[in-house]
Amino acid sequence: MSTAPPDADELGRRVDAFLAEHDPAATEPPEFLRARYDAGLAWVHYPEGHGGLGAPRALQPAVDRRFREAGAPTNQPERNGIGLGMAAPTILAFGTEEQKRRFLRPLWTGEEIWCQLFSEPGAGSDLAALGTRAVRDGDHWIVNGQKVWTSMAHEARWAILVTRTDPDVPKHRGMTYFVCDMTAPGVEVRPLRQITGEAEFNEVFLTDVRIPDEHRLGEIGDGWRVSTTTLMNERVAIGGAAAPREGGMIGVVAKLWRERPELRTAGLHDALLRLWVESEAARLTGERLRQQLAVGKPGPEGSAAKLAFADINQRTSGLELELLGADGLRYDDWTMRRPSEVDFTRRSPGYRYLRAKGNSIEGGTSEILRNIIAERVLGLPGEIRVDKDVPWKDLPK
Amino acid sequence: MTDLLYTEIESDLRASVREVLEDKAPWTAVLAGTEKDEPHDAALWTAVAARLGCAGLPVPEDLGGAGASWRETAVVMEELGRAAAPVPFLTSSVIATAALLAAGERDLLGRLAAGETIAVLAVPFATAPGADPAAGPGAPAVSDGALTGEVAGVADGMAADVFLVPAGGGLYAVDAAHARRTAVTSLDMTRRLADVAFAGAPARQVAEGPDAVRAALLTGAALLASEQLGIAERCLDDTVAYVKTRYQFGRQIGSYQALKHRLADLWTSITQARAAARYAASCAAAGDPDLPVAAAVAQAHCSAVAVKAAEECVQMHGGIGFTWEHSAHLYLKRAKADSIALGSPDRHRAALAVLADLPSA
Repeated sequence: MSTAPPDADELGRRVDAFLAEHDPAATEPPEFLRARYDAGLAWVHYPEGHGGLGAPRALQPAVDRRFREAGAPTNQPERNGIGLGMAAPTILAFGTEEQKRRFLRPLWTGEEIWCQLFSEPGAGSDLAALGTRAVRDGDHWIVNGQKVWTSMAHEARWAILVTRTDPDVPKHRGMTYFVCDMTAPGVEVRPLRQITGEAEFNEVFLTDVRIPDEHRLGEIGDGWRVSTTTLMNERVAIGGAAAPREGGMIGVVAKLWRERPELRTAGLHDALLRLWVESEAARLTGERLRQQLAVGKPGPEGSAAKLAFADINQRTSGLELELLGADGLRYDDWTMRRPSEVDFTRRSPGYRYLRAKGNSIEGGTSEILRNIIAERVLGLPGEIRVDKDVPWKDLPK
Repeated sequence: MTDLLYTEIESDLRASVREVLEDKAPWTAVLAGTEKDEPHDAALWTAVAARLGCAGLPVPEDLGGAGASWRETAVVMEELGRAAAPVPFLTSSVIATAALLAAGERDLLGRLAAGETIAVLAVPFATAPGADPAAGPGAPAVSDGALTGEVAGVADGMAADVFLVPAGGGLYAVDAAHARRTAVTSLDMTRRLADVAFAGAPARQVAEGPDAVRAALLTGAALLASEQLGIAERCLDDTVAYVKTRYQFGRQIGSYQALKHRLADLWTSITQARAAARYAASCAAAGDPDLPVAAAVAQAHCSAVAVKAAEECVQMHGGIGFTWEHSAHLYLKRAKADSIALGSPDRHRAALAVLADLPSA
């Protein structure tokens, strides 16, 4: 075993050596990806034996670039955002060696897709109020409850699941975190149709689902702390995408403006220019955030980026419909589709307008993000908490 | 993509400037200064421009400067904004210096870099980059080396030793002793205006064509964004500190979401202002061809953020924030004046309509 973690040059040599041994053109993709994981070149900041080499996280983009240039198959990260962005860091932080060995490799290669069983009809922003019960039964747990807003549940092999194991203590203390087998008896996935007409998300009903105790992540009653790790990673994942100028929604509207001079009015021109400036400022903010991450100084700006992104996306997509006028009254398709990923550009302006409404709700509502910024960044007093010392079972529901 | 963070040298520079400003320009002194006749704080100017060497930052060493760049200069602008400091740094060390650098002038530039001489571009402070300040009736014109004409609303016009006057398509240096100056009662008394008139004043040509003036205004607009960032941060800091200590209805007023959420929004817009201002300063430093876009975006955005921050500062301080004896009005006046200076946000958006190919109706 090596002593010091490899630097950029050493990583480059290892990638070259790997590619010399595994011709991307002549190796089946799953086999190639498993070998890449085993060589520690999957996520280089993970520990040796779990797809990494304990190298700095900032060195990952260069490794990915070399594989891309060599024409290597990818693990299709867009299909497994929950797995890569949320489940993996949580398993790494709280999983046993056996759990890491079992779950991380097929997660990274994309052979096993993950979903998240967190939100419930009665527990949205107040996730810690959740009521899905897990009751101990020997070396298993019996789980009953309903989860909601679960993207990819219909394709997922595994889920990260947070449950109530002790209703007699205040809400934050009585939770336990599990890995749930989505093929287990009693797991029922139903599409949840959204205002766009499609069903990007699902409801998941859990009826007497048996989960072995070895699939528990973290200690009994420690589910809130484990969930917090998951959710911190979610905000980093959602706010941080790189974009060129006019790369987002504003580019779509700017193009429309250039191509359809007959639609232009003075008021819409002013609105367009204001949003163009805001979009560019937000883009530069995202770039600055990425530069901070690259030098190992992640700032709290991630929450701000997500907040601004939602607002700009909503107003820009609204402007597009208004600019279109009569054409804005037409919608492309109300059929209930079940897409694997959100794609704003391939659907109609009406879809963009409606889908953007979710941006200020998913991954933390804008109101909750403002509380987080106010309290954690600015140090302002927390909200008055009437439920802090009340046993979960006595809370009004 | 250019570096949008602060280097270690820039952070050290910031600490030095802040130390001097906290010592020599607490807001009480700035407030007292607004009621004096002196157009600027001469002792503070000597400390910042000459002793700390800030005036020479963007000037190459062989021309008598410190050989740094507009990036470091922008950090000084942030700190001067935080203090609403009454010194002619923007006008002399940024705008006039940029004009002389673009013109290839050496003699006057060296004296500006040393902080010995204050030069001011003789244009109305509201002039946007791209406008022709020498157009219009009464604008300065040169005949046989003598300059005649009037310019209204020149920032730091009373502090100037030398005026750089756009006239006849070029740029001329005129000794301030040959100008008739009238002090203007200004909205921002920490950066005062003067109406300036020349009647056959001896003028030395320092540049031909409009490029030097355009470079000066563009660089000024790019760096003004950093001053606006500093103002906004100071207003947010002061307001956050206040709402933690002010109790009404038995609670800190900062515990109410009506204020918390607005302050979170303000912080969010300040993170964007910082990115936009750093990008503009970096483009100016590198001579990046994207500077016109960067400066217009920074001005359109940071102007609004600084004004919003100052207005929220007044409002969230309640009654005390509306009084002369509180610092909030110094920032409100500076922020509002800055938003008009070197082009209003709307003028910059109009410039972007051309630069980004988004033509009007």
